Amino acid sequence: MEPETILIRGSRIVDPSRQLDRVGDLLLGGGEILAAGRLGRDRVPDGCRVINGAGLVASPGFIDLHCHLREPGFEYKETIAAGSRAGAKGGFTTLCCMPNTDPPIDNAAVVDFIHQRARHDSLVRILPIGCVTKGRKGHELAEMEELASAGVVAFSDDGDPVYDANLMRLALTYSSDLGLAISNHCQDRSLSCNGVMAEGSVATHLGLAGIPAAAEEAMIARDIALAEATGGRLHVAHLSTAGSVPLVREAKQRGLSVTAEVCPHHLTITDQWVLGDKGEPNTVAGGRAYDTSTKVYPPLRAQRDVDALIEGLADGTIDCIATDHAPHDLTSKQVTYEDAAFGISVLETALGSLLQLVHSRKLSMGAMVDRLTTGPARVLGESYADLASMQSGSPADIVLFDPSQEWTVDTSEFESKGRNTPLEGSVLKGRVVATFASGRLVYQGPELKIEEPQASP
Amino acid sequence: MSLSRTIDSPDIDGLLAIEPTPRKHVLDLDDFSQEEISAVLESARGMKEVLGRDIKKVPALRGKVVVTLFYEASTRTRMSFEEAGKVLSADVINMSASGSSAEKGESLLNTGLTIQAMGVDTIVLRHPHSGAPYLLAQHLDNVSIINAGDGLHAHPTQALLDMYTVQDKLGSSEPGSPNSIEGLKVVIVGDVLHSRVARSDIWGFAKMGAKVVLSGPATLMPPDLLRSTKRIARSPFASLVEVDTDLDRAIEGADVVMALRLQKERQHAGFLPSIREYIRRWQITEERLAKAKPSVLVMHPGPMNEGIEIGSSIAHGGRSVIEEQVTNGVAIRMALLFQLTAGPR
Repeated sequence: MEPETILIRGSRIVDPSRQLDRVGDLLLGGGEILAAGRLGRDRVPDGCRVINGAGLVASPGFIDLHCHLREPGFEYKETIAAGSRAGAKGGFTTLCCMPNTDPPIDNAAVVDFIHQRARHDSLVRILPIGCVTKGRKGHELAEMEELASAGVVAFSDDGDPVYDANLMRLALTYSSDLGLAISNHCQDRSLSCNGVMAEGSVATHLGLAGIPAAAEEAMIARDIALAEATGGRLHVAHLSTAGSVPLVREAKQRGLSVTAEVCPHHLTITDQWVLGDKGEPNTVAGGRAYDTSTKVYPPLRAQRDVDALIEGLADGTIDCIATDHAPHDLTSKQVTYEDAAFGISVLETALGSLLQLVHSRKLSMGAMVDRLTTGPARVLGESYADLASMQSGSPADIVLFDPSQEWTVDTSEFESKGRNTPLEGSVLKGRVVATFASGRLVYQGPELKIEEPQASP
Repeated sequence: MSLSRTIDSPDIDGLLAIEPTPRKHVLDLDDFSQEEISAVLESARGMKEVLGRDIKKVPALRGKVVVTLFYEASTRTRMSFEEAGKVLSADVINMSASGSSAEKGESLLNTGLTIQAMGVDTIVLRHPHSGAPYLLAQHLDNVSIINAGDGLHAHPTQALLDMYTVQDKLGSSEPGSPNSIEGLKVVIVGDVLHSRVARSDIWGFAKMGAKVVLSGPATLMPPDLLRSTKRIARSPFASLVEVDTDLDRAIEGADVVMALRLQKERQHAGFLPSIREYIRRWQITEERLAKAKPSVLVMHPGPMNEGIEIGSSIAHGGRSVIEEQVTNGVAIRMALLFQLTAGPR
């Protein structure tokens, strides 16, 4: 598939890298953005295909700092190929894949393998994240410089936080000259114990072991202190509690190198969903009680947590939205809640979920796009800035979406191998119409109409 | 998923001619109304009469198959269901995890589907994980599920037999008599956090209008029920109960005192300083019982740790109804098996 020359006419161009939000035309060619703005007829090349973008939003392709593509090792859950198709369908043109693979991404050979797979199989840009410690075991630092040279974009022992505080200190110190962030999944296991959902009302009702908010907040507080002491770059993965937001806000006010992300599900649904009626307030367990697709780590929490996370996202305390796309096979989920694997398949529903916040005016369209593009690009570092820009010369990573199209989530139509989402059957408003990665049309929704070029006279 | 189903009551015996409630499964008491609880208790009264006969056998469930599927050890609940099924002439098959395909790694769901494929009418499930009965109820279309205890979540038949015992002892046994549980003070003592019995008893007794008070170490209370806990949403239980960690105060004027089993492992997990201190603060003793009403009933779901949560003299003393609880358990389970299993599927 070659990059093509294509003109998107009359869409609402939202480019947070230039604080741009206005209707205009977009010309893509040779894998780059050639022009964005009002284009006269004379500037449209011959033989160019044209998309009528009226009513659609065009923005830089989304960048996901946190997803699980499961390859190598767990190809029965997801592959780079399927995950990249899911990403393209969800508007993501860059996926940063977590290293909890088998083998884990703790040496250059695995990084090379992922790059090679991505070249052959992926529709979008795949940027691997390397382990902080060898084997993600939390005992010895991984060869972080070798990983950085091989192309990892951040470090994380995702799923398993770096528990040992001294090792975390050393990791932040050692990596401080590499320019990459350490993304820590902050959960103090001595507090979360064997918890499977958020501590609180629904956990008590259903008799499920609860995870206190303090499990997350205690480790974030620890990591912020360590980032301050070492000058290292801390990225806090998937915030989920109201109390985490002021910790990050205060760290930023003190000028520390701390960034944070939040997931679409933590912004839009609550632990009430575990009760089985899609979040309807109820005192009786519903028809889908103990729905294991609501089991995710960190867990879904209460409305007050959701509200605080939205506020933190809107005011910029939280830099970006990451999906934590965690696809699973059916047998990992068709078990009791306690036995079920943690994780939600998110890539294909993220935009529809997030647009709820825009439609309800809790978040502006510009801010939403910013947190999906320039926000994560900033965490990745200076050299990735052009992935989140629509300036001429930037890579033509573009998503075109219809913010008002209503659709019903049907997991049988998912590109991801993971069908594990509590949103099955839910109606979302807003959907991707087309995704371009480096100028190639990698996803085309059924609504997309492309006018073929007129034959030259 | 439909939780309800209409069944026809076969006209076999006046005793059994109860009004069947449209219900397919018994998973928790959260979806029972006061009327439905009263109907089950009334039906159990008839069943208990059958248990008192010389020949304890009625043909109510002849030709029906009940499987007790137990993934946890149990004496009374399992035998109670088995006896209940057999008295009603059902064929009862007992299956436990040990010695079955579960040991070879067969999933709960596949075991359930296998049992369904054999044409079984009702599965009585005991499982260490909360919500396990819901998994079967959501995936098996042709089988009724009765929860015989799931993890920390619920033990609805235990709560029903507890309410039956209280009604039997403190109320009128005339059919149609007013609800005698209303207004009673029921004190539940001990490890509420890990107790499925407590959760079901709270639903049941509160729905019947009793005042439910929980007492025990704050570490063994669900955090949302503690007033001191900040920032977490309160469960529906929070509006149904009072928590008072001081048992000497909580027990004042109690009509019913229920001791929960204290697992000794809780000490090692840090919930308690020592069993000794637990005994000092929360054991049901003669001294404490003197503060309750003179007519107080002492209950325990069993199995007991005599000398820990309850003094031996009390466990076997005049105010204890612990053995009646066991007898009544059979009647309650007969009532539920009949209600769910009788009639065409």
